[in-house]
Amino acid sequence: MRLPSRSRLATAGLVGLAALIPLTVVVIFFVVPVVGMVGRGFFPDGELDVAGVADALLRPRVAHVVWFTLWSSSLATALTVLLGVPTAFVLYRLRFPGQALLRGLVTVPFVLPTVVVGVAFRTLLAGTGPLAFLGWDGTPAAIVAALVFFNLAVVVRTVGAHWEGLDRRREEAAAALGASPAQVLRTVTLPALVPAVVSAGTVVFLFCATAFGVVLTLGGVEYATVETEIYLLTTQFLDLQGAAALCVLQIVFVVVLLGLTRRVGQGSASVQRTSTAVRRTPAGRDVPALLVSALVVVAVAAPLVSLVVRSLRVDGSWSLEHYRALDGTTGVLSVPVTQALENSLRVAVDATLLAVVLGGTVAVLVTRRLRTPVARRAAATFDAVFMLPLGVSAVTVGFGLLVALDTPPLDFRGSPWLVPVAQALVAMPLVVRLLVPALRSVDERQREAAASLGAGTLRVLRTVDLPHARRALLAATGFAFAVSLGEFGATSFLSRPETVTLPVAVYQLVSRPGEDNFGAALAASVVLGLVTAAVVVLVERVRGGSLGGLS
Amino acid sequence: MLHHNRTGRHTGSRRGRTTALGALAGLGLALTSACSLESGADEGKSPTTVTLVTHDSWAVPEELVAEFEEESGYQLDVLPNGDAGEVTNKLVLTADNPLGDAVYGIDNTFAGRAVDEGVLASYTPSDGPASLADFALPGDGGDLLTPVDWSDVCVNVDDVWFRDEGIEPPRTLGDLTDPAYRGLFVTPGAASSSPGLAFLLATIAEYGEDGWEDYWRDLMANDVKLTSGWTDAYEVDFSAGPGGGDRPIVLSYSSSPPFTIPEGGSKPTTSALLDTCFRQVEYAGVLAGAENPAGAEALVDFLVSRDFQTALPDNMYVYPVDDEAPLPELWARWAPAAERPFQLDPEEVDAQRSDWLRAWSDLTGG
Repeated sequence: MRLPSRSRLATAGLVGLAALIPLTVVVIFFVVPVVGMVGRGFFPDGELDVAGVADALLRPRVAHVVWFTLWSSSLATALTVLLGVPTAFVLYRLRFPGQALLRGLVTVPFVLPTVVVGVAFRTLLAGTGPLAFLGWDGTPAAIVAALVFFNLAVVVRTVGAHWEGLDRRREEAAAALGASPAQVLRTVTLPALVPAVVSAGTVVFLFCATAFGVVLTLGGVEYATVETEIYLLTTQFLDLQGAAALCVLQIVFVVVLLGLTRRVGQGSASVQRTSTAVRRTPAGRDVPALLVSALVVVAVAAPLVSLVVRSLRVDGSWSLEHYRALDGTTGVLSVPVTQALENSLRVAVDATLLAVVLGGTVAVLVTRRLRTPVARRAAATFDAVFMLPLGVSAVTVGFGLLVALDTPPLDFRGSPWLVPVAQALVAMPLVVRLLVPALRSVDERQREAAASLGAGTLRVLRTVDLPHARRALLAATGFAFAVSLGEFGATSFLSRPETVTLPVAVYQLVSRPGEDNFGAALAASVVLGLVTAAVVVLVERVRGGSLGGLS
Repeated sequence: MLHHNRTGRHTGSRRGRTTALGALAGLGLALTSACSLESGADEGKSPTTVTLVTHDSWAVPEELVAEFEEESGYQLDVLPNGDAGEVTNKLVLTADNPLGDAVYGIDNTFAGRAVDEGVLASYTPSDGPASLADFALPGDGGDLLTPVDWSDVCVNVDDVWFRDEGIEPPRTLGDLTDPAYRGLFVTPGAASSSPGLAFLLATIAEYGEDGWEDYWRDLMANDVKLTSGWTDAYEVDFSAGPGGGDRPIVLSYSSSPPFTIPEGGSKPTTSALLDTCFRQVEYAGVLAGAENPAGAEALVDFLVSRDFQTALPDNMYVYPVDDEAPLPELWARWAPAAERPFQLDPEEVDAQRSDWLRAWSDLTGG
């Protein structure tokens, strides 16, 4: 038993200080706006009216909407994990040519504007489309399929980054002791992956539960989720009580979900990791995993190919006309699409830096071994606060920013830098989820050993944690960049005509009449997809570079 | 990533640790402020700026904005805030501390709410076009909102499809419930789309408070397809849209047909049914409590000026309220307006919208 010394107190103070920065950002730009909006629902005329909100919660439509949200998101999450884990194995544990490209490919859907992909999906599924025979148009099947399509990248990349670094020797030892490949998988590999799978699953579930464009486009008017309902109640009905009731429900979802996953995720043992990738060429026993990933690649590529093909068709013949149109002002947009791309990249750099620094700080803090239950509970709450932006409606936050941040010193309405901050808030939970499993897998004794040899907090971070989390950190950086490039919900609320980002520009193009605008929207989406894939591939190349030198 | 390298040098001593964590904290702060610096830190509204709250459809050529700025001496700051409903609701929620000085984009389906909630200050341009009066908001709000543009939301048909099938296309709202057109009509839903809402209002105007629900029952029985938005209906399901869908009747605008003139062709392949139209008028106004009311008034004047009015069709796909502003040739030729569009009193729309939408949702499963 160690007594609290001055040095321990000082460290605690510093930890508190480090916690304060991300906390301040999330409180100002998320908690205050949400409380502001929900507050308007609870205090309709300046007086607390809990009964009004409770009544709103008991409307028959609410149960219907909540049930649909829960089952469609759960099913989509389960399917995403089932398809994503074998794909992660193939793309991160095996070695074959073209692998880097495939990793880029599966990330592309994640950033594509949902409106355009929704339209692309529907063109395949509706009346005259090649997949019309499935009868999925306007059904939950189409919604779930699209949710899986969009979110596969989260599972593949989160689990992949974790799996890639797992030391193979443990599996080899089990095999040498006579375990069959299935037994090795079940008793050694999968348990080591649990934290990453749980992390990814949590994020995917929250993305699904708050999906907006996909549900509207593919579900027609028949299927409403909590998120689409909040949008309608807020923007059309101005029914703030109803919206507040649903927003509180969303918060409860997040808290319950994190409570559940914490139990599963925490029991896992620390694992040995290697700093260099150990990949092998595919063998006969990999056939099932290869088949699943082939299916995934085809399912991901089909809508993408149809998107590319359509962007190249003009009046029945092949042409680059739609791409040539991107550098001119079309009348719909105040800036050329090329300028929108530049805006997107600029904002993405800011947002990525913010998300990685703040998310990295959070991840480090919540994975410290804590000795008292109170401290552990505090850390759990701290962790949960940063997950909330994923699970709470962008409409509520968007309106809340206007309602709550309107008086100095917090008068941020219309500030151009709200865009990167909002995107960072969406990316930060992903960064945290990607880093936490890696940091948790570090054996605490290694940290203690380093500390007892005189290493300071940061040196421990650098020499013990960083080598373990290196891949996860790279993956998180790439992912944060992708989130920012593709973010639409919050960005569309906050961007200005002269600083529109690419997804916002695509949305504006696709909502106007004329084949030219539609074609330009398709071409711009393809450009967005290509840029994302390029960034992802480039970030992967960084490994073995400067960061590798540290380990 | 760099900061790991740099701060990592401070190791061992207590002082080192303190400095290192402090540096991390400092970096976070510096980063936050760096972001704001990079994108321009001008937050304070000086009286030299006029801020316009508008909808996402705002698209105005740079030269026009420059013209306004030069003539008025104010710098124009544009804040797009969603569709007409979102814009109105945001103004209502921020009435105590308005988002800007002027608003443009409140339409006649939301005007009643904006007027009743007191978010607008009285202003009427002194030398606007004479035709403004034709589009003026009826009732109390006439002095609060200035009409800027309008459009007719109409049922469109794919003429080629009907010619090929040898079927006479429909003409009226009533025709759409005719079994001859079963399964041919696609429209965006009223709860999630503003043209969808306009169509619902057209049916309410035509069939009245007591009859519209029956009409919609018949429409549903005739296998109408409902999508969430205009994009979906027109670009995927409409047989003459880019997606080449299987429905030759779609809800769109009277200005849509010119966009279906094929390359090398001389006339559109679609037409608008002018007996099915609901007229949407969009208004501008000065916000109550504006910091720069003089600038806001200058801006409203600008929105009804000949130059701005002339630019409307090509940039925002709407008709100018100034009937002397020249229309693009294709519009003049192929996009005639409805002679007798359906209209409803904005006050009534505002009072009933929620009830109508709930009843509509119950009827359609939306």
